[in-house]
Amino acid sequence: MNTTRAAWVFITPALIVLGLFFLLPVVAALVLSVTDYDLYALADIRNLRFVALENYWTLLQRPLFWSALGHTVYFVVVGVPLSLGASLGAAMLLNSPLARFKPFFRTALFAPVVTTVVAVAVIWRYLFNTKYGLVNYTLDSIGMPTVDWLGDPHWAMPTIILFAVWKNFGYNMIIFMAGLQAIPGDLYEAARIDGASAWAQFRHITLPMLKPTMVMVGILTVSGYFQLFAEPYVMTEGGPLQSTTSVLYLMYEEGFKWWNLGSASAVAFILFVIMFVVTAAMLRLSKRGEPA
Amino acid sequence: MSPRMAKAVINGLLIAAATIAIAPLLYMVSVSFMTQGEASALPPPVLPTHATLANYRELFMNAGMGRYLFNSLLISTCITVVSLAFNLMAGYAFAKLEFKGRARIFQLLLGALVIPAQVAMLPLFLLLKYMGLVNTYGAVIVPALATIFGIFLVRQYASGIPDDLMEAARIDGAGEFRIFATIIMPLLKPIMVTLAIFTFLAAWNDFMWPLIALTGQEHYTLPIALASLSREHVQDSELMMAGSVVTILPVLVLFLALQRYYLEGLLLGSVKG
Repeated sequence: MNTTRAAWVFITPALIVLGLFFLLPVVAALVLSVTDYDLYALADIRNLRFVALENYWTLLQRPLFWSALGHTVYFVVVGVPLSLGASLGAAMLLNSPLARFKPFFRTALFAPVVTTVVAVAVIWRYLFNTKYGLVNYTLDSIGMPTVDWLGDPHWAMPTIILFAVWKNFGYNMIIFMAGLQAIPGDLYEAARIDGASAWAQFRHITLPMLKPTMVMVGILTVSGYFQLFAEPYVMTEGGPLQSTTSVLYLMYEEGFKWWNLGSASAVAFILFVIMFVVTAAMLRLSKRGEPA
Repeated sequence: MSPRMAKAVINGLLIAAATIAIAPLLYMVSVSFMTQGEASALPPPVLPTHATLANYRELFMNAGMGRYLFNSLLISTCITVVSLAFNLMAGYAFAKLEFKGRARIFQLLLGALVIPAQVAMLPLFLLLKYMGLVNTYGAVIVPALATIFGIFLVRQYASGIPDDLMEAARIDGAGEFRIFATIIMPLLKPIMVTLAIFTFLAAWNDFMWPLIALTGQEHYTLPIALASLSREHVQDSELMMAGSVVTILPVLVLFLALQRYYLEGLLLGSVKG
């Protein structure tokens, strides 16, 4: 009895915060998404009307929504494999018995992860400046064509993807390193005795043994990348020609620039459903062919 | 490939990767000491010809950087201290105290982890507006005072504490709060440090919610102020780099000092699969 009361005292503060400021707003968002909550309703709640699924319907007919979704999917589909590849590559390098100064390299490679997105985005905007940026200068001096990185609608998203890979790969690198260290050394020993090449060892030992780590990391990274917002906000303001407008950028503009809170809530829910379906499908696919 | 060659290749690749990771940060520091306009030249200068603190002076004297630094410190510290207390208590209770509905409530929380925070943001804004908190420090602090991730992390860690310790104390007549304060808290110290760094870094670097909730400049945190400055001063690379240094340096130093705890926490938090 005493224990039970103490337990409730212990969990109540956290439950109040999470309930009032997270779970309640999530439910409210669902309600909001079937209303026409806008600037007029913000001024006087009596202007609020129930519109059923009209917000969703209107959104699905807006080209801007589809292009925002397209850009987000582009960012996820290209960015996630590149990120995971960079993370795994770095983890394998660091994990090699031949690598020197491991703690130093680990810290150096991880450093971008703890930096503030806005601040490093400002640095990248300068590095990738068309005229004075170091990147174009280097390209030019080795005789390559220069690129209008953030000003060309075809290049803006790839530049943001490069940025995201640079900023994030260290995080999964640490998780992959732990995964690699958990693989028994005898497996590689046996493979070497059988004369397996380095590539064969990677293909038939490292990858299969890392699969559980890979699935977890993949799902977390996909969810994270669907939430693209700060990078385009700072680097391109969603442009040029809205080529880097992501779903969350659209939600932000719809909600907090135009104050169409009903419609913005619908955007948020559509994103949530897409993320849920995609990650669930990934989990499902990864379990196929495994003994139950 | 000979072992010697392999060693050269691996270490060479590591040096290249580390350079790519670190060079932009070093370059930022270098450019922040350049005189105005110096960085917009060809070839792009690598080091300042006459290193100057003018950009930092401009930021702190005229652009209100001191205020933003103070805001960031205040908000991140408040969030860290209070959410640490709330998450510790809740995580411990979910791990070690029997009560009705424990499993169900915890399942509900874990399930809620799949909901992206942005879904809650629009109604949260209205709620805080109704409470009169929009454009106050509270708007950013209050919703962050407990996290599902934090509770989960503490619960994972606290599960390893043997029940006998608490049983013995209970037989000696100690109350639950005394047990928590005198026996449990010292045992949770490593996870406290880990969670504190995680929370502080997340609060410091947070962008979208403060951007929404803090509508007036006087409450801006560093990332919001920097984003707003960078829209005004598109051409002033030197000034912006100095602003980036001020924003990044505190968290980078914190990470370097406590990285062992941070990386341990990262692994602990990722084994939920």
